[in-house]
Amino acid sequence: MAAVQDGPMELDAEKEAKPEILSDGTSNLSGNTASGTLSSSPLTAAPAGGAPKMEDQQTLIAVLQFLKRNKLSESVEILRREAGLGEHQEGSQATDGSGGGKGDGDGGDANSLLSRVSITSAAAPQSMPVKKDQPDVSVVLSAYSQQGDPPLYQVYYSGLKNFIESVLDCHRAELSQLFYPLFVHMYLELVYNNHETEAKAFFDKFSGDQECYYQDDLHILCGLTKKEHLKGNEVLLDFRTSRFVLHISRDSYQLLKRHLQERHNNQIWNIIQEHLYIDIFDGMPRSKSQIDSMSGSLAGEAKREVNKAKVFYGLLKEPEIEVPLDDEDDEAENEEGKPKKKKTKKDSLGSKSKKQDPNAPQQNRIPLPELKDSDKLDKIMYMKESTKRIRLGPENLPSICFYTFLNAFQGLTAVDFTDDSSLLAGGFADSTVRVWSVTPKKLRKVKSAGELNVIEKESDDVLERIMDEKTASESKILHGHSGPVYGVSFSPDRNYLLSSSEDGTVRLWSLQTFTCLVGYKGHNYPVWDTHFSPFGYYFVSGGHDRVARLWATDHYQPLRIFAGHLADVTCTRFHPNSNYVATGSTDRTVRLWDVLNANCVRILTGHKGPIHSLAFSPNGKFLASGSTDGRVLLWDIGHGLMIGELKGHTDTIYALKFSRDGEILASGSMDNTVRLWDSMKAFDEVETDDFTATTGHIHLPDNSQELLLGMYHSKSTPVTHLHFTRRNLLLAAGAYNSQ
Amino acid sequence: MAEERRQKLCSVILPTESMKAMAESVGVGSLQEESCLALSEEVSYRIKEIAQDALKFMHHGKRRKLTTGDIDHALKLKNVEPLYGFQSQEFIPFRFASGGGRELHFYEEKEVDLSDIINTPLPRVPLDVSLKAHWLSIDGVQPAIPENPPPVPKEQQKTDSTEPLKAVKPGQEEEGSIQTKGQGANSAEVKGKEKMRMKPRSTHELSVEQQLYYKEITEACVGSCEAKRAEALQSIATDPGLYQMLPRFSTFISEGVRVNVVQNNLALLIYLMRMVKALMDNPTLYLEKYLHELIPAVVTCIVSKQLCLRPDVDNHWALRDFAARLMAQSCKTFSTTTNNIQSRITKTFTKSLLDDKTQWTTRYGCIAGLAELGHDVIKTLIIPRLSVEGARIKAVMDGPVVSNIDKIGADHVQSLLLKHCACVVAKTRPLPDMVDQYKADYGYLGTMLCSHVVKARAQAAFQAQTVNRTTLTITQPRPTLSMSQSGLSASSGSRTPSIIKVPSSLTLMSTRPGTPTQPSPPATKYIVMATSAGAASTQQVITLSSSQSGSSVTSTVPSTPTSLQPLVKLESGTTGAVSGPRPLQKYIVVSLPSSSSSLENKGSGVIPSSTSPISMESAVKLERSESPAANTQSPH
Repeated sequence: MAAVQDGPMELDAEKEAKPEILSDGTSNLSGNTASGTLSSSPLTAAPAGGAPKMEDQQTLIAVLQFLKRNKLSESVEILRREAGLGEHQEGSQATDGSGGGKGDGDGGDANSLLSRVSITSAAAPQSMPVKKDQPDVSVVLSAYSQQGDPPLYQVYYSGLKNFIESVLDCHRAELSQLFYPLFVHMYLELVYNNHETEAKAFFDKFSGDQECYYQDDLHILCGLTKKEHLKGNEVLLDFRTSRFVLHISRDSYQLLKRHLQERHNNQIWNIIQEHLYIDIFDGMPRSKSQIDSMSGSLAGEAKREVNKAKVFYGLLKEPEIEVPLDDEDDEAENEEGKPKKKKTKKDSLGSKSKKQDPNAPQQNRIPLPELKDSDKLDKIMYMKESTKRIRLGPENLPSICFYTFLNAFQGLTAVDFTDDSSLLAGGFADSTVRVWSVTPKKLRKVKSAGELNVIEKESDDVLERIMDEKTASESKILHGHSGPVYGVSFSPDRNYLLSSSEDGTVRLWSLQTFTCLVGYKGHNYPVWDTHFSPFGYYFVSGGHDRVARLWATDHYQPLRIFAGHLADVTCTRFHPNSNYVATGSTDRTVRLWDVLNANCVRILTGHKGPIHSLAFSPNGKFLASGSTDGRVLLWDIGHGLMIGELKGHTDTIYALKFSRDGEILASGSMDNTVRLWDSMKAFDEVETDDFTATTGHIHLPDNSQELLLGMYHSKSTPVTHLHFTRRNLLLAAGAYNSQ
Repeated sequence: MAEERRQKLCSVILPTESMKAMAESVGVGSLQEESCLALSEEVSYRIKEIAQDALKFMHHGKRRKLTTGDIDHALKLKNVEPLYGFQSQEFIPFRFASGGGRELHFYEEKEVDLSDIINTPLPRVPLDVSLKAHWLSIDGVQPAIPENPPPVPKEQQKTDSTEPLKAVKPGQEEEGSIQTKGQGANSAEVKGKEKMRMKPRSTHELSVEQQLYYKEITEACVGSCEAKRAEALQSIATDPGLYQMLPRFSTFISEGVRVNVVQNNLALLIYLMRMVKALMDNPTLYLEKYLHELIPAVVTCIVSKQLCLRPDVDNHWALRDFAARLMAQSCKTFSTTTNNIQSRITKTFTKSLLDDKTQWTTRYGCIAGLAELGHDVIKTLIIPRLSVEGARIKAVMDGPVVSNIDKIGADHVQSLLLKHCACVVAKTRPLPDMVDQYKADYGYLGTMLCSHVVKARAQAAFQAQTVNRTTLTITQPRPTLSMSQSGLSASSGSRTPSIIKVPSSLTLMSTRPGTPTQPSPPATKYIVMATSAGAASTQQVITLSSSQSGSSVTSTVPSTPTSLQPLVKLESGTTGAVSGPRPLQKYIVVSLPSSSSSLENKGSGVIPSSTSPISMESAVKLERSESPAANTQSPH
């Protein structure tokens, strides 16, 4: 994991000539803890990064590393405290000393089974003295320098292939996982050693054998024929810096080991030791379908340890708000229904506030903004609305209202609704953000400062008076970005709007004045998505620089950096309790990050294409993710397990949303359909016995067809966004595509 | 391993010649082969890299099509300056050239005359983004409104009609039930459906709204108000939810034709045929199921002995032409190896054509029906008959006057034959065109045919010259047949000009039935040409010509330096725009208050030398002329 985390950091520094990224890395310490580096890597990174530091400090760190490797976490804590080696310090070292990232990345895996064998090779780059300021790609690639006999590569590979195809069926599927990483590494090794023709022959011969979901990577690989190409190619650096993780049962592994030892097939053995991480488990080998459902990511499956951390997925206690019971709304309704309603309201309120969810994080684990009066009013509105909510279910499907953007000329790139469904924001390829009011209430600006001075501040309708009637219109255009806007998100209090753009900035707009308040600069590359915390104040953004950043609206620098993805972070979502952030990436993994310490607490693999949409279930227990391959995967956050696969869409899924009570999952896609899925059934059917929980081996029932409740075609309008109103009416949005 | 066979991955590398060409273009004369190879490998790799990055932008832009903007952004990622000036949305701005053993794709940079740009009117400002809401689903049921796609897609209409007994496989069962659910079947019905294996009874119950709609539409279609009719036909041609009503429309049409043929009600027959056309134009309807009703109706309108009360006066010929085109279109669209529509229709026509006792009206219909089926049919079935038909015409023309009706009929048949055969003959027959030879080959009609062929050839040659002009093609708006029934008889022959006034704006009228969505009939193209006249006068001559045949029709209008007003000419040529004794239907639209233009067009021969009489102040007039006389200028 350390390697995984450090890889991108170092790449950042490498790609950008400007020193900004470094200052970013250190500046994020303005929060309480270091971000992104709290794993074992700082420890190991220290000797490399902190080359000028004192020698005994290095020794201390080495000891720490040893302790950590042996899982003596308490000793680590004690030693650290006694030595006065703060996390802060380590963190900063780690971020500066990004050069050491890769070398010690391997070292960080020391607790793996294979590490004892591979420690020598891993240690080699670690001990290299010069690599602190300019991380050199050659260091990364140096592992490829060992020379094998190039023409023999094909023999090795086909030898292994023959062996694997000849073993028993139960082992074959497991060992077949080796093909792809071995293929890539052997190919890269050939390329690195300038055996161009052999590399090409090798590629041509074996590329057809690889699983079809690696097709995208193979496309990149096939263009790469020269050693020089390796230098700039991030995908391959990722491949190199992170070890490909495989889950293999002990029996299969023994079989493989015996075979390789018999044949003295050192070439393959070396690659397995150096570039692969084989997670061995006891028990039955997995079947092909089990393996297929979990594989597909850029760096193999997730190690089992990484998903062991506890995740507090429960919801926070609702703040106690006195609901004024005798309001006009109820009175307007008929007399009989009145007392009943009050009762239910009380009940729902009471049950929520009394019972503390055992899985919920502490209320103040993440400091949340105080509730303002207006927020309380909004909460009351929310409660009122939710009593009128329609119970959805397979027999009771929601109505869908589709908002079509006309004349957008393919320029619509992002859409968001406010929680109360009163405003709609669209991000466009022409750098503008437009806000519409979808209620009869028009959008008005606040009056200018001079005019505001004249207003009597004590009057009751002061909030009404400050608005400028002259500016009332149905939509407003926000100019400011200098590139396509890829993400928009409303703040929960409807006062702010965030937008992220190709120009590398995230902008915060005021919906009172319709002006830009802040431009958050940090991502130097396109920012693909941004999302406000459900409690406001915090927001998260993710972009091409492969990190997600956590920001607070009043800080111009990020509070946390979530680094670890091997490719672009394409979508970001806050957990309903605001303690976690989920990110989806082009590396075909979904990660869950702890906002408190920026640790990666879940790595979810199984997607076969870049992930473009994420949605948490309202109870915070489940996560749905949709990707370019048209599949929606459902995850149990607590166990870190895949619990469902919804097949049906034929194109990228850009929108996912759970209904307010979580019974229905709606998905919208590029294939111009909105589909409704029975999420309750999907979650209920999961067998989460101990075995599956511990091994992570899942049997997915292929029941997509049963779970599909409805499918609605739009008229050549790809669905860009979905939103359930507080009464469970589904709103969909997309731009009409005239071709 | 891989379940499916996929295309082979291979690393394509730019040819080294491209490197050489590029080097030359920047002034590096001799580039060594090795350098070229190294360069091309590097360039190929970088291009791929950029393309892969650009794909990311496409995905995030939520598009399916890669744009030049995506490439620009990908370049920006790599810190490379974007390529400016490639703003093309649709077409690839490269042209291909070969010569001297080298092949090149190059970007054509035209010299632009600034004054041209300044003088062209500003394009319309694109509409601003707007938001529109509609119900995609109401309580799980998708309402059938124009905003939603048709409730029953064409594919399913097809499977419904062709494979009603198809057993539902377990996998599809759920899919099917969901679809029906979406269409409004209640869930109980869905559950029952699983057990049903027999052909489901199709209920043809229409909702009240649908019944009202049906009533309105049918009344408007055969009513007297032309504006209402146009609306109704537009609705039939575009509405997505007509599937349910299709059987009724079909019956309405077939019954209507049956009754009105007997009553010789020409106007109603025309209206019904226009309904057929509108139905065929609707892309969401699966008409195959109702061809058995529609085709007989259409054929009736082509070959019926009598279609109107006064055959000597009324222009039933136009109806026959129109129906023949409809027939040809449905042959193209619906003919398959199983139903053999085209061959069956061809047989029907040929049979009555060969029959000696066939009346002139039916004969005309048969020939028109066959001729519309294409050049091959003309070549094999009509041209061999030319001499026989010629003799028959001669007998009527030269012989004793039996009846005026026969004479008119023969006259029409003659011009029809000449019109269709001339261009086919021009294509197939080798030069030279000797009148005697023609006479020997084709008999009585030989002489006239010869002159027609000569004209056709001249026009073809003329087009060849104008090929290298810059052309702009516009797809055709929906053509309509609009004719007023003002019968007018001339002693010399029947001539029915119908004048249609088009309000305010220029509207194109064409009798050619052609659905824009169906690829089979080639889309009519308008070739708009801008010839800048000499000196300082900028004059725009826009020639819009609608052509059917493969050979594109290009008419050029020689510039007239004297006139400064724009000339707009619309011409609808059917098969290559050969004019002859029976010229094509021509629409000539001229917005000139007074015309002293020395406009002439020898090649096409369809432009009258004087364009003044039809011009009005602002109204654009369309004149549809069918002159039987063998002159090339239609008298206005």
